[in-house]
Amino acid sequence: MDLATIESIIRQHGGQKSALIAMLQDVQQQYTYLPKDVLQYLSRTLNVPLSRAYSLATFYRAFSLKPKGRHPISVCLGTACHVKGAVKILEKFERELGIKTGQTTPDLMFGLEQVRCLGCCGLAPVVTVGQDLYGKVTVSKVDQIIKRYQKQEAAHAKA
Amino acid sequence: MPYRVHCMVCAGTGCVSNRSLEVRDALENEIRKRGLQDEIQIVTTGCNGFCAVGPLMVVQPDGIFYQQVSAKDVPLLVEEHFIKGRPVQKLLYKPPEAAAPIPKMSDIPFFKHQRLIALRNRGLIDPEKIEDYIARDGYQALVKALTEMTPEQIIEVITKSGLRGRGGAGFPTGVKWQKVRQAKGEPKYIICNGDEGDPGAFMDRSIFESDPHSVIEGMLIGARAIGARYGVVYIRNEYPLALERIQIAIQQAREYGLLGENILDSGLDFDISVTRGAGAFVCGEETALIASVEGRLGDPRARPPYPAEYGLWGKPTCINNVETWANVPPIILHGWEWYSQIGTERSKGTKVFSLVGKVRNTGLVEVPMGITLRQLIYDIGGGIPGDKKFKAVQTGGPSGGCIPAGMMDQPIEYIAPDGKREARDYLDLPIDYESLTDVGSMMGSGGLVVMDEDTCMVDVARYFLAFTQDESCGACTPCREGTKLMLDILNRIVDGHGTMDDLRALEEIAWVVKQTSLCGLGKTAPNPVLTTLKYFRDEYLAHIEAHKCPAHVCRALNTYRIDPVICVERGHGCGVCRRECPEKAIFGEKNQPHRIDQTLCKKCGVCVEVCHFNAVIVE
Repeated sequence: MDLATIESIIRQHGGQKSALIAMLQDVQQQYTYLPKDVLQYLSRTLNVPLSRAYSLATFYRAFSLKPKGRHPISVCLGTACHVKGAVKILEKFERELGIKTGQTTPDLMFGLEQVRCLGCCGLAPVVTVGQDLYGKVTVSKVDQIIKRYQKQEAAHAKA
Repeated sequence: MPYRVHCMVCAGTGCVSNRSLEVRDALENEIRKRGLQDEIQIVTTGCNGFCAVGPLMVVQPDGIFYQQVSAKDVPLLVEEHFIKGRPVQKLLYKPPEAAAPIPKMSDIPFFKHQRLIALRNRGLIDPEKIEDYIARDGYQALVKALTEMTPEQIIEVITKSGLRGRGGAGFPTGVKWQKVRQAKGEPKYIICNGDEGDPGAFMDRSIFESDPHSVIEGMLIGARAIGARYGVVYIRNEYPLALERIQIAIQQAREYGLLGENILDSGLDFDISVTRGAGAFVCGEETALIASVEGRLGDPRARPPYPAEYGLWGKPTCINNVETWANVPPIILHGWEWYSQIGTERSKGTKVFSLVGKVRNTGLVEVPMGITLRQLIYDIGGGIPGDKKFKAVQTGGPSGGCIPAGMMDQPIEYIAPDGKREARDYLDLPIDYESLTDVGSMMGSGGLVVMDEDTCMVDVARYFLAFTQDESCGACTPCREGTKLMLDILNRIVDGHGTMDDLRALEEIAWVVKQTSLCGLGKTAPNPVLTTLKYFRDEYLAHIEAHKCPAHVCRALNTYRIDPVICVERGHGCGVCRRECPEKAIFGEKNQPHRIDQTLCKKCGVCVEVCHFNAVIVE
């Protein structure tokens, strides 16, 4: 745990108990998950029972107790995406990455999630990888999407 | 010198994903290269609405509409249109049957039938510039409300306009404001509910992204009317761009003295903070949303007391949806008489719908209340793609229901204002709050998902139940246990193991959950099941009795085989299916017919998706 980071997150939200959700969101963004020691630290510092921090962490979908991948993949299963065959796309990602929905690849490169509507229904079916959004995705395009990030990382490693 | 041409590039989430920002950069480069930067201005706007054909660009003042523009089209576009004055034909919109393209946006059917009030500024302003909003009469309604009207007069105008909550339930906005004004307790709060959770609806996102100041102005007018001191914008976690734009807009409004203390010297003190949701559908429910803003679990509580009396931090709170707030400034500016002319007797004004699913022109449309589904789907939406048959339309998200195609040509009953039911000879189903509730669905936040013959209605019911079951907070038993039991039954039916007893139990549990759940989530969760049982019972029976899925969606009931003739004659035995089959169940050589080994096939359906020649037959 990087104490300075956590302290600055707490300060940003004025140290208010009511801002615990917002703090957790910042922690999630920083670490891609909520590490146990950070939850304990927040609970002690803000004088909030640890059980409450855990209840928030497990109730809200934005939080994860396990590290998410460097490139979190979200396959939209909103209604429009569903009727346009999003399930098959999710399954293709599962097969290609060798993980189930909700899991992360062992090298922590990709995490795979399903999400209920990204609000881009005009482009269904939709997939996001980190900040990038892909519309009108087909089963055959899944490979290319994954390769793009693998290449990116390979290039990055070389440089 | 004023610009001679304004080039509005759409930067909504959809178009950005199609690289509209690259188009903008290329345009700026090209224009500078040709020394036109003082004549032509490039503006990045919010969502234009016609997401299906993005990236989009509209050239003003002529209103020429360009679609699917890419960066490499830019030199030609600048040369032909901006220098020679000839619109580029190949980038214009052309309807499938039409002989010639339609250059003007206002002539395109998708736009022609729309009436923009909540979305009045979409595509016309840069949402990150308050000056653009002000130039389009922005904050004029606020000035009027602060200087010429008493709070009572504001509430009277909103009440008389007939504006009803656009979040789904349709509660009269003026009545709600009056309640909060009269409630005891200080300070009072205003909340903008932007937790747009219904899958298939994205009007709130679009308003935040294309015109965030309209929401702020609406909230300011509400604050004056109600006597509120603080405002909260609650925005969904999944909408990063919307979050960014509302934050920029709030900052600008503060700099202009439109938020803060003694606004425009009127004595009004009001400021807005932003709360980001953390991903829980139930937080769209008002009491759960308040709990979430207070930093607690998003558990709804029983009402009364309503938030109007006991809301955020126990104080009187007025919660309205994003679209409702965006409607307020034009009503104040143009008067209730103007607004109440639009729409039907009981549902006034316009409504924004997201028209998605199996329809040609997907996107966001704003139309007068009372428009028929037929007009929406065929005149604006351009009908169903691929010569498929229109089957149903789903409205209201997981709380709504499925309206069958036949319904659009049947006279339906309508609740008259005096409460008596009066049969009216509507040829087509008009969309307003009452008529949708009458057929067992609801307006919801305005998602319209169109379904064709390839959509299985049992699967759709199962899909929504899986959604609500997953999102049920677990606080009350009927919703927690009931949705689970219903989902189990639906899973059995789509897997081919359902019985007639299951069907009876399903219906019975659905009614219990509907009548006994604590909050709106549970009360409406059975709607997709009940409407499909009512209008598409034959599909349930086909699954249970014949073990068949008529739409070939429920994979456990399907058999897949490859037509050897099509495979060879059209596809030359290309082998894509063989390579893609995860079970290695497909065999064949190049130029030879391929076949599926039924003992190995796990019925995943990938072969259907990947075959370019439609050689895989589903039975």
